[in-house]
Amino acid sequence: MARIGVFICHCGENISATVDVAKVAEEAAKMPGVAYAMDYKYMCSDPGQTKIIEAIKEHKLTGIVVGACSPRMHEATFRKAAEKGGINPFLCEIANLREQVSWVHPRTEATTRKAIDIVRTIVNKVSKDTPLFPIKVPVTKTALVIGGGIAGIQAALDIANAGHQVIMVEKSPSIGGHMSQLSETFPTLDCSQCILTPRMVEVAQHPNITLHTFAEVESVSGFVGNFDVKVRLKARSVDMSKCTGCGTCWQKCPSKKIPDEFNAGLSYRTAIYSPFPQAVPNKPVIDRANCNYFQKGKCGICKKVCPAGAIDYEMEDEIIDIKVGAIVTATGFDIKHTDFFPEYGYGEFKDVIDGLQFERLASASGPTSGEIRRPSDGKIPEKIVFLACSGSRDKAKGIEYCSKICCMYTAKHAMLYKHKHHEGNAYVFYMDIRSAGKNYDEFVRRAIEEDDVHYIRGRVSRIYEKDGKLIVKGVDTLMNAEPVEIEADMVVLATAVVANPDAESVAQKMHISYDKHHFFAEAHPKLRPVETNTAGIMLAGACQTAKDIPDTVSQASAAASKIMGLFSSDEMTREPVVAVVNRCMPPLFTTCTGCLLCLEVCPYHAIEREEIKDRRTGEILKVAAKVNAGLCQGCGTCVAFCRNKSIDLQGFSNQQMLSEVVALLNKPF
Amino acid sequence: MSEFEPKIVAFVCNWCTYAGADLAGTSRTQYASNVRIVRFPCTGRIDFMLLMKAFENGADGVIVSGCHPNDCHYTSGNFHARRRWIVFRSILDLIGFDTDRITFSWVSAAEGKKWANLVDEVTDKIKAKGPFTDLDKLDGVQLKELYDEAITK
Repeated sequence: MARIGVFICHCGENISATVDVAKVAEEAAKMPGVAYAMDYKYMCSDPGQTKIIEAIKEHKLTGIVVGACSPRMHEATFRKAAEKGGINPFLCEIANLREQVSWVHPRTEATTRKAIDIVRTIVNKVSKDTPLFPIKVPVTKTALVIGGGIAGIQAALDIANAGHQVIMVEKSPSIGGHMSQLSETFPTLDCSQCILTPRMVEVAQHPNITLHTFAEVESVSGFVGNFDVKVRLKARSVDMSKCTGCGTCWQKCPSKKIPDEFNAGLSYRTAIYSPFPQAVPNKPVIDRANCNYFQKGKCGICKKVCPAGAIDYEMEDEIIDIKVGAIVTATGFDIKHTDFFPEYGYGEFKDVIDGLQFERLASASGPTSGEIRRPSDGKIPEKIVFLACSGSRDKAKGIEYCSKICCMYTAKHAMLYKHKHHEGNAYVFYMDIRSAGKNYDEFVRRAIEEDDVHYIRGRVSRIYEKDGKLIVKGVDTLMNAEPVEIEADMVVLATAVVANPDAESVAQKMHISYDKHHFFAEAHPKLRPVETNTAGIMLAGACQTAKDIPDTVSQASAAASKIMGLFSSDEMTREPVVAVVNRCMPPLFTTCTGCLLCLEVCPYHAIEREEIKDRRTGEILKVAAKVNAGLCQGCGTCVAFCRNKSIDLQGFSNQQMLSEVVALLNKPF
Repeated sequence: MSEFEPKIVAFVCNWCTYAGADLAGTSRTQYASNVRIVRFPCTGRIDFMLLMKAFENGADGVIVSGCHPNDCHYTSGNFHARRRWIVFRSILDLIGFDTDRITFSWVSAAEGKKWANLVDEVTDKIKAKGPFTDLDKLDGVQLKELYDEAITK
């Protein structure tokens, strides 16, 4: 028989002003199962908690109900007190008498009656409570970082420097990501590669980091602390252990007309290639789709010239299994390309380029060695028009959001151009200048005031070619919407930042959610910005939403610190509010019939199919659902779906909820 | 004779509506005292048979409220609840149950005022309808007795 203690708090006068607390305690004492009831001015205070602890011991209580403020406020406090008194903390429940009674109703009998009803409900629930114990799950202290851009690099280095093992998987042949393509970075104009490449090297040389480039995650299963990941190591056709990176192969390769991804299509590369001179690892791969040997069966020059004998045409994809405790998803972003804009020539005008192409033109390691020249004829442009918000904030194009980085990089581009060609003219068409950030607005002002970049507030309706010039037709909304026409030599579109084309499939492999633009969804937009809804999987960088480098690095470090927190102990403890499938004696084993509807509806993939086998013969006796307590978050969706009530939620069981409903109603309101 | 005071049971989720009801408290928004809250982790957890149990035990009206679509703490529980309600409502309609006695709503943690208004509206609506007596009408069929017996076991 339950012996329940009821403790009614006055909360100073917050509760006692409108609720007759003495009456509530008096009525509570009469409720079935209640062994002791009292009221006190401040239950949460030290003396108040001491009273609870003493009462538990004195009256041999088996559960307690505290009638006080909302459980969101002090449930943890009173559960600790209950534990100190020697009862299971989950046998302490809160009756919300302040937020939901005394503060919202006047002092009437009905208000006190409501308080008594609530106490009765909770007393009834506690009488059905069972002791619950925190769930302990072992933790594999290795992290997987997906993506080798600046986000992944930062997260990997932080975790590795904390002494944990890191496995980094990057889909392209080298790490570095988009940041390695940038010329200079706002707002300091320091060279991107100068700050990035040392970090890339650090990743490659770090004793705690295992680097897999030209690799992709195949599948993720398991749960926080215990993920099983399959990684596909794509066939490089080059033996990494033999290759010295001498470069003979790509100098001799005859397929030289393949658009170079690293230079955003502004130059060509060979079929066997290393993406850029500072690539990490700086060892080539064969692009089989463009290789003569693989496509036509003839050539084999690289194999002949390789002094180390590292070329291996027979190499096949390899799948490796790794075990990790946590995952950082840092898969980055893409941008819309010029062919997305019919009004700006469908990408057919060679001198209408996107922001990344301009970065390559302005970069010392780019196709023009840093001289800003027109892609069409190599001439130095005298007039460049920059279009901010190309696609972004444009409902008609299906991209309602702000791409965040374009205002800043457009100012940077205009500046870089003006620094290189003082006589040149730079025009920027913009909707609004969004330059919030440390030293950001100062940077834009510098472009306008010191570098004489002409900012025109308005949009561009059309671009067409005439006599080798690009005619940009726009409007100046600050000049009575007067039409503006500029004869430009080159146009740079600050195209919208979009999710990676394969973001959706990555999210599905990881079981994380994503928004309608395929950016990955954080667990809470404000309070849990780096975690996903799948415990143990974190987000870093622009795979979540458009982000600049400082924000990306901050988030990556935050993700790393979350993982370090997870790795700080050998086991992690979880709240025991999880679903369980009932078990009973053979031959029934469980009332679950194995319809597995719960498996379909579980948002956390926490339900597995379990085969109950005969221990000797291995014969399958029954198929049932099984909850993985490491994954379950305790929403209870499965419980409501279960057709024969075989699955139940600890702490909010069917019996408890029914007893609450019944208790509420057996007195007039 | 005092005015009829309906009994209303609210089935709410812990993360949005329960917090919204708390907010009504912290901002001292007054509302009818006819409602009793039963806290669930998520509206997706609510077995709609419990709604029937509430009516069987003397409730005159029921509120089900959770997070707004796309705001569910558990990603999709509120969508499941909504679907379940759509199906459940048509079954209730079929058997002649007055579905107006059940109010389905979304109240976020920031909508204390909305919660107060919801309770007041539902209270007024149920007051106008009068007590729920459909089960008492099952005269001759001793269903209620049978049920009472079962529930007290």
